[in-house]
Amino acid sequence: MMNAIVAQDSMVAGAEETAAPILRVRGLKRHFDVSPPWLNRVLERRPRQFLRAVDGIDFEIRKGETFGLVGESGCGKSTAARLAVGLYAPSSGSIEFEGVDIGPLSRKQMAPLRSRMQMIFQDPYASFNPRWRVSKIIAEPIRVFGLLKTAAEVDARVAELLTQVGLMPADGDKYPHEFSGGQRQRISIARALASNPDFIVCDEPTSALDVSVQAQILNLMRDLQRQYRLTFLFISHDLAVVFHISDRVGVMYLGAMVEQAPAAELLRNPRHPYTRMLLDAIPDLDMSGRARTPVSGEVPSPISPPSGCTFHPRCPHANARCSVQRPATIVTDGGGQVACHAVEEGRI
Amino acid sequence: MNNNKTDGGTDSGALLDVKDLRIEFPTRRGILTAIDGVSLRLNSGEILGVVGESGAGKSLTGTAITGLLERPGRIAGGEIHFNGQRIDNLPAEAMRKLRGKQIGSIFQDPLTSLNPLYSVGRQLIETIRTHTDLTPRQARARAIEMLTQVGIPAPEQRIDQYPHQFSGGMRQRVVIALALCVNPKLVIADEPTTALDVSVQAQIIELLKQLCREHGSAVMLVTHDMGVIAETCDRVAVMYAGRLVEVGPVQEVVKQARHPYTRGLMGSIPKLGDEVEHLVQIDGAMPRLSHIPKGCAFNPRCPYATARCREEKPEFAQAGQGEVACWLWDGVNPATDPDTLFAEVSQAQRAKKQMNAVRPAPKTSVQNCGQEV
Ligand SMILES: Nc1ncnc2c1ncn2[C@@H]1O[C@H](COP(=O)(O)OP(=O)(O)OP(=O)(O)O)[C@@H](O)[C@H]1O
Ligand SMILES: Nc1ncnc2c1ncn2[C@@H]1O[C@H](COP(=O)(O)OP(=O)(O)O)[C@@H](O)[C@H]1O
Ligand code: SF4
Ligand code: SF4
Ligand SMILES: [Mg+2]
Ligand SMILES: [Mg+2]
Repeated sequence: MMNAIVAQDSMVAGAEETAAPILRVRGLKRHFDVSPPWLNRVLERRPRQFLRAVDGIDFEIRKGETFGLVGESGCGKSTAARLAVGLYAPSSGSIEFEGVDIGPLSRKQMAPLRSRMQMIFQDPYASFNPRWRVSKIIAEPIRVFGLLKTAAEVDARVAELLTQVGLMPADGDKYPHEFSGGQRQRISIARALASNPDFIVCDEPTSALDVSVQAQILNLMRDLQRQYRLTFLFISHDLAVVFHISDRVGVMYLGAMVEQAPAAELLRNPRHPYTRMLLDAIPDLDMSGRARTPVSGEVPSPISPPSGCTFHPRCPHANARCSVQRPATIVTDGGGQVACHAVEEGRI
Repeated sequence: MNNNKTDGGTDSGALLDVKDLRIEFPTRRGILTAIDGVSLRLNSGEILGVVGESGAGKSLTGTAITGLLERPGRIAGGEIHFNGQRIDNLPAEAMRKLRGKQIGSIFQDPLTSLNPLYSVGRQLIETIRTHTDLTPRQARARAIEMLTQVGIPAPEQRIDQYPHQFSGGMRQRVVIALALCVNPKLVIADEPTTALDVSVQAQIIELLKQLCREHGSAVMLVTHDMGVIAETCDRVAVMYAGRLVEVGPVQEVVKQARHPYTRGLMGSIPKLGDEVEHLVQIDGAMPRLSHIPKGCAFNPRCPYATARCREEKPEFAQAGQGEVACWLWDGVNPATDPDTLFAEVSQAQRAKKQMNAVRPAPKTSVQNCGQEV
């Protein structure tokens, strides 16, 4: 029953190289209102406050590719991911899915697109109804989007999905608590695949798993991606995982995309001081005894971010310009983009 | 039974000496053996890494050492010696004293170790004052210093706040400060950095190393992160299904693992800069305590398993500079290079398979690690 996707595939196959991006994000912002209650604002003369979770990011993902997002906790990765699939409305900016700006779409107009975008989370258990059998959980998107008519068709499709993710059709009769963490993540992948999506956002999908189970899931995701030409937006705080799975990686800091480049290029030749700092902090398996640059400081509050380049209080290359002027994003020779005065000025 | 040990000698002045530890949980359907004959030694100033999948028994081993094993779990065999003294049978009060001053612990779940009703500073200062003769003012200064060391920004202001006002990562750092503030001789750190960003993780690891360097403390570091192990530990112990399967110097275990499980585990970790299509995959899952296979507990998942592995539990034997519990190493010169051994075993297997012409092997399982890793 995967033929819907297969058919689509053969139509676009061949145009692969020149393919337009499946997702294009421009100047995307999402600000949360975290103001104190009205009374306090009046009595204590406290102003309205906004938290700039995502503060103007641009990126594109081409069909069949994986775009990885990295950055410290709270930098806005999950918010960006939720925006990308329309779970949050942007405060400003645009999100184009296959050339269509999804921002102004009504719920009804959005519905057909919804079935083509899915999400996989860190804790699949939390998103399952514990009283539903696995088969019902997996069939939910099929029902919601009215993809198949008869019960027999749905059953066959669920059995097929279970097999695809390495479980057995008989597992559909069980309840989620009867499965291990890795198996539950397989179930959530099966559910995500149920609506024949093209684009799947994976927010820390393996962070709760053991490394050996993580390897099973990452291998599975890669196989499914190759088979169905899936496009992934992949988030993990484990940089080695992100670099393993991604074709292109974006580095976020305080709601901004400070650098992005093809994965191998970013690893080989990181340009932004924050990217360098992150990569430097990773303990390596080589035991080369390489001296690590200690990472200094903390991520400042996104409610009152520093002026200019928001990284300047922690940046070893900061100068006077950095603390007043926000750096523009420039294109680098390695096919990447970076927002840093020092890089632009050729200082680093 | 007395076959899992990490070092030949007896009471040779190790700071921590766990001998043949066995932990059981009585249940309605019988007794579950969660830890089955684990022996470990830890010297002053040494960092021992403990790795293995969840449920392998890493945390239980740590809780038994700190005397915090909860009913119905019980130590059903073996002994734990600390600083020359047997501690597994100490009265609760004596153990509590030891725990505060000499043995520090950092648990997986930071919330359980902090009292939500007291400010962070009060908890730190009380701990410091109970175990040292610092004045209140000095203790506060020491508390602020500890908070700085674990990377809490603006510690002078933060010290008077309550745990709920800290983010998860910051609370974990407070727990670490609490465990380290009296310079304990032994630290049991159970996944102290798992939930933290790499940037913070690097600071915490540096702090643990510093404690060992400057105070000769020993650390038992439980973690899933092989990078952390490689950068921090002197030796590594690998656990599987409640048993120790391999112990050795960090370079050997990470780079030249001798146990098939360790090899699979190492291969399954994505490495920066390694562009591989698939990671090495150990198929299947760790058995439940109620269904631990006979013989070698790893045999159903092991590509090298033989009839003997399904019957007899492997003895711990010297291999390289460490030890391994695997029949492959039985009667093999301990100096044999593991890559060579695994290549030979795989080749012999292939030859045998061709003769028998049976089912093909799965495409990416531990089989491949003879050539990789
Ligand atoms: N609904 C919300 N209301 C107010 N603030 C929010 C909301 N959702 C997220 N935030 C804030 O937005 C910022 C970015 O959050 P986000 O969840 O995107 O971070 P993240 O990069 O995914 O972090 P982590 O790695 O910890 O998952 C954080 O400061 C967070 O506290
Ligand atoms: N209170 C308990 N009752 C029964 N089994 C337990 C209990 N605590 C732990 N176990 C079991 O003991 C084994 C080892 O647990 P643990 O030490 O927490 O593993 P790890 O820390 O390596 O993930 C697991 O199979 C776990 O389910
Ligand atoms: S713009 Fe300035 S402060 Fe920002 S990263 Fe570049 S050098 Fe550092
Ligand atoms: S003893 Fe046998 S089953 Fe166990 S790890 Fe060694 S070869 Fe594999
Ligand atoms: Mg998140
Ligand atoms: Mg544990």
